[in-house]
Amino acid sequence: MEEELQPEYGPKWSDQRVERMLGALVIFVVGLLLAMIAVVLIRAWPSFAHNGLAWFGPGGDVDDELNAISLSGQNGTEYVWTFHAWPLIWSTILITGGAVICGLVSALFVSVFIVEFAPTWMSNVLQPVVRFLASVPSVIYGLLGVLVLVPFIGNQLITEPQKASVAGVISLTGYSLLAAVLVLTVMIAPLMVSIFTDGLRAVKPGWVEGSLALGVNRWRTTWKIAVRAARPAIVAGTVLAVARAIGESVMLAMLSGSVGFAPNPADGLIFIYEPSRPLAPTIVKNVDQLSSKPANATLFAIAAVLLFSAAFCSFAGWMARRAMRKYGAA
Amino acid sequence: MAPSVATPPPERPQAAPPQGKAPTKAVEGSSTWSMLDRIGLAFCWALGLLFCAIAVAIVVYLFLQGVKFLKLDQLTTPAATGFSETETGGFSDALIGTIIVAVMGISLALPVGIAIAVWLVEYGRPAPLARVTELTIEAIAGIPSIVLALFGTVIFSSTALGFLSRSNEGVVFGRSFFAAAAMLSLVALPLVVASTRQGLESIPRHVREASYAVGKTKAATIRRILLPTARPQVATGMILGLGRIIGDTAIILVLLGATQNFAPVEGAVFPFDYLRGAGTTLTNFVYEASPTGNLNQPQKAYAAAFVLLLMVLGLNAAADLVHRRARKAGTWSH
Amino acid sequence: MEPLSAPPPIRRLDPQDPIPAREVVLGVPTNGNGAAGAPAAGGFTAAKRSIAAPQFSIRRMEVDKVSIHYGAKEAVKGVSLPIRQGEVLALIGPSGCGKTTLLRSLNRLTELTAAARLTGSIRLDDVDIRLIEPTLLRRRVTMVFQQPNPFPMSVFDNIAYVLREQGSRRTKKKVLAPQVHSALQRAGLFEEVKDNLDHPALKLSGGQQQRLCIARALAAEPEVLLLDEPCSALDPQSTAVIEDLIVKLRDDVAVVIVTHNLQQAYRIADHVAFMYLGDLVEYNSATRLFNAPAQERTREYVSGAFG
Ligand SMILES: Nc1ncnc2c1ncn2[C@@H]1O[C@H](COP(=O)(O)OP(=O)(O)OP(=O)(O)O)[C@@H](O)[C@H]1O
Ligand SMILES: [Mg+2]
Repeated sequence: MEEELQPEYGPKWSDQRVERMLGALVIFVVGLLLAMIAVVLIRAWPSFAHNGLAWFGPGGDVDDELNAISLSGQNGTEYVWTFHAWPLIWSTILITGGAVICGLVSALFVSVFIVEFAPTWMSNVLQPVVRFLASVPSVIYGLLGVLVLVPFIGNQLITEPQKASVAGVISLTGYSLLAAVLVLTVMIAPLMVSIFTDGLRAVKPGWVEGSLALGVNRWRTTWKIAVRAARPAIVAGTVLAVARAIGESVMLAMLSGSVGFAPNPADGLIFIYEPSRPLAPTIVKNVDQLSSKPANATLFAIAAVLLFSAAFCSFAGWMARRAMRKYGAA
Repeated sequence: MAPSVATPPPERPQAAPPQGKAPTKAVEGSSTWSMLDRIGLAFCWALGLLFCAIAVAIVVYLFLQGVKFLKLDQLTTPAATGFSETETGGFSDALIGTIIVAVMGISLALPVGIAIAVWLVEYGRPAPLARVTELTIEAIAGIPSIVLALFGTVIFSSTALGFLSRSNEGVVFGRSFFAAAAMLSLVALPLVVASTRQGLESIPRHVREASYAVGKTKAATIRRILLPTARPQVATGMILGLGRIIGDTAIILVLLGATQNFAPVEGAVFPFDYLRGAGTTLTNFVYEASPTGNLNQPQKAYAAAFVLLLMVLGLNAAADLVHRRARKAGTWSH
Repeated sequence: MEPLSAPPPIRRLDPQDPIPAREVVLGVPTNGNGAAGAPAAGGFTAAKRSIAAPQFSIRRMEVDKVSIHYGAKEAVKGVSLPIRQGEVLALIGPSGCGKTTLLRSLNRLTELTAAARLTGSIRLDDVDIRLIEPTLLRRRVTMVFQQPNPFPMSVFDNIAYVLREQGSRRTKKKVLAPQVHSALQRAGLFEEVKDNLDHPALKLSGGQQQRLCIARALAAEPEVLLLDEPCSALDPQSTAVIEDLIVKLRDDVAVVIVTHNLQQAYRIADHVAFMYLGDLVEYNSATRLFNAPAQERTREYVSGAFG
C-alpha cells in the first residue's frame, strides 16, 4: 500500500474526504437500483416458476385467477399460482401503442409548429401550454376522464345496437380503450413535445440554411432536414413517453374499465369501446392483496414485467440512436 | 450564340414599382407549396390550437367546478364517514398530507440529487462508475412509480426499519409518511440531478480555475461558487420534482395507506407519531372520491382536484419566475 | 405541379452594357483609357489568365444601392453592381467587410437573420427579388456556403435531396443516379466517392465536403450561382477543378464568387468588386482592377496582398 499524500494541515472538508463521501452516496444510489431489481425479481420468481411461459399466455379469466390466488393466501389453504396475464399484457400493448402512436404524430407536428412555423405569439402561448399539460397530475386527468369523457363515450358514441351486439360477452359503458388512449395521449404528448423542441432547436442552422439556399421550401426543409437531424431526440422522447405510458397506473385504473378482458380487434371498430385493464393498474387495484403471499408474488411478477419493458425500451432507443449516428445526426 | 433582346415573359410580375415606394414583400407563404405540404401546415395549426383548447378546457372546467363545489371549510375539516356528501367533512388531512409529503420528499431528494450532480460534473472518477451512475439515474427516471411503490413495501416492512412505521408485535406495517416520502424522493431525484447538472455544466472552466488560483479547495469552490451560481437550475429541478411528488398517486396509494385521515401511532412523540402513521394526500383523496374510488363523492373530488390544480399552476408559475429571473441576471457569454 | 419547376433561364442582353473587350493575357497593356495610371502591382504581369474572354455577357441581376444593417451595425453600405451571365464576378475584400452578407442578400437568405434589415433593391431579370417568392428565387439563385454544410445523409442522398425536393416525381435511386453522377463529376468529386456513394457525407474530408456542396448546388440547375469562398479548404488540384468548372459554367449561369485568394480572382473572374468595411470601393474588370486600379485603397489592398 502506498501512502496517501495528506496535506499537513487542511480544511475540515478536504477534497479527498468530500470526494469519498460523494462517491459513497453515488454507490449507495446505484446499489439501491440494483437492490430494487433484485428484490422485484426474487419476489416475482415463485409466480413465474409455477406458471412458466404460460404466465404470458392466454387462458381462463384473469380476474378469477387473481381472486383465487389472493384467497388461497389469506385462507392458509394450499397456495394457488395459476395466472395467465395475456389480457392484461394485450391491454397494455393496445393502450400504450395507441397512445404512443397518436402522441408521437401530434407531438411531432406540434413541436415542428412551435419551432418553425408558429408566429411568435403562438409559440409563446404554446410553450407554457405544453409545460402545463405535462405537469397536470395523472389523477386529475383520470377524474376528468371519468366524469366527462367516459359518460360522453358511453352515452353519445356507443349506440344501443352496438351495446346489444356484444351484450353476452362484455358490457360497454364508456370505460374503454378509446377513453384510455385519448387521455393517455394528452398526458404523454406534451412530454414528447418538450424533448422534440429541444432537439429541433439544436439542429445546426447551416443544414437548414443549406437546404433553403437550394430553393427547397420551409416545410420540406423542416421535415427532411431538421426533423431528420433531430431523430435522436425524437427517439429519446418517444422512449420516455413509452416508459411513462407503460407505467401509468392510476389514470388507467380509473379509465380503462378494470376488467381482465382482452379487446378483440376482430370485433370490428367496436373493439375500441371495449373495456380492459393493463398491467400497471392491476397492481393498483390489488394492492390490498399484498399481504397474501401468492398474490404478492403475482403482483411483483407484474412489476418485473413492467420494469423489463421499460428497460427494454431504453435499450431499444439506445440502439436506434447508435444506428442513427452513422450519418452524423447529432 | 446570338443574343437577342427579349422582353420578360408576361407571366412574370412586372418590373419594380416606381422608386421611393418600397415594394410589398413576397414573404415565403404556403401559396407555392404542394397541396400535401399545405395540408400538413393546417394540421400543425389544428393540433396547436387543440393543445391550447385542451389546456384551457381543463383549467376552465376545473375552475368552474371548483368554484361551485369548493367550500372553505373543506380545507379545515378532516374527512369523516357518512352517507351523503354533506356529512363526510372535508379533506384537510389530505391537504396537509400533500404538504408533508412534498416537504419530506424534496428535502430528501434535493441534497442527494445535488450531491450526485456535483459528483458527476466535478469528480466523475472512476469513469466507469460515472457512466453507471448516469445510467442509474436514467433508469430511475424510467421506472414506473408503481414499481417503486412495491419495492417500498418490501424495504419498509423489514423489521430493521420498523421504527419508520407502525409495528405490531414484530409485524411491521410498512406504510407511513416516511415510507411514502422516501420513495417519492426517488421520483423527484432524476429531475433534480438533471437540472443541477445542466447548471453546473454551463459554468465555464475559467470560473473554477479562478477560484483554485486564489487557493480555494475544490470542495470550497463547489460550495461557495459553483452551487450558488447554479442556484436557478437547482431551483428549477426542485420545482419540477415537487410537481412530480404532489402529482403522484401510485406511491401514496401503496405506501401511505388506504385511509382518508391521519392515523398517528400511539405513544410516539410528536411529530413522529404522525409521520410514522398512515395518512392521505390530495391525489389519493381525488382518486378515492372519484366515481371509481371507494368514497364516490364526485363533488368533493372536483373540489380537491381544483386545489391540486392550483398548486400545480403555482409551481408552474414559480418555475417560470425562476427561469425569467435567471435569464435577466444573465449567464456566461463568450 | 407546373409552378414548382424552375422557369427557363431568360437571357437578356442589356443594350447599355456593351460586351467589354478583354485582353486574355496580362501584361499586354491594353488600357484604352490609360487614365488609371501605371500598372500598380508588378506581381500580376507575371500571372497568366488562363481563360478566354467571355463570348457574351447578359445582365441578370442588378444590385441597386443596397445597404444591410445588423441592428445598429451597417454591414453593407449602399452597394450597386451588376451580375452578368457569361462572365464571372469575384467579390474580394478583407475579412468582415460584408462580402458574405451581400451574397446572402442576393437570394434573400439575410431574411433568416432576424436582426438583418435591407434597404435598396436587388433585381433579377428586372424583377425586384422581394416580389419573387423566396423558394422560387432560391431555386434560381443558389448558394454554396463558406462553411461546408453537407446534410447528415449519404453522399448520394445529399444530391438526390435537391432533385427529389425540386419536384421531380420519380424518386427511385436508379432514376436519379445519372443526374447525381454528373453533378458529382462536374464538381470533381465523382472519382473519389464513386465506389461508396452511401458513405456518410459528414465523414468526408473538409475539401470533399465543400465539393459535395458545390455538386449539390449544381444539381439544382440554378441561373445564378453564389459561391462563398468555395476553395478555402481545397488543395491546389481540386481548386483547379473547381476553377475550371466555374469558367465552364459562366456561359449558362451567372457566377458570383467570394474569395480571399486574389490570384484566384484574377485567374477566373471577368469582373471584380473590391469591398472595404461595407463599401464597394471599386468595381472593375479583373485586369484593370488588378493592374490599374482606379482607387488608392484597391491599389493598397491588391499590392499589399501580392507583396
Ligand atoms: N448574423 C449577424 N449578426 C450581426 N452581425 C453580423 C452577422 N453576420 C455578420 N455580421 C457582421 O457583418 C459584418 C460583415 O460580415 P460578413 O460575414 O459579411 O463578412 P465577410 O466579408 O464575409 O468576412 P469573411 O471574409 O471573414 O467571411 C461583420 O462585421 C460581422 O460582424
Ligand atoms: Mg464570409
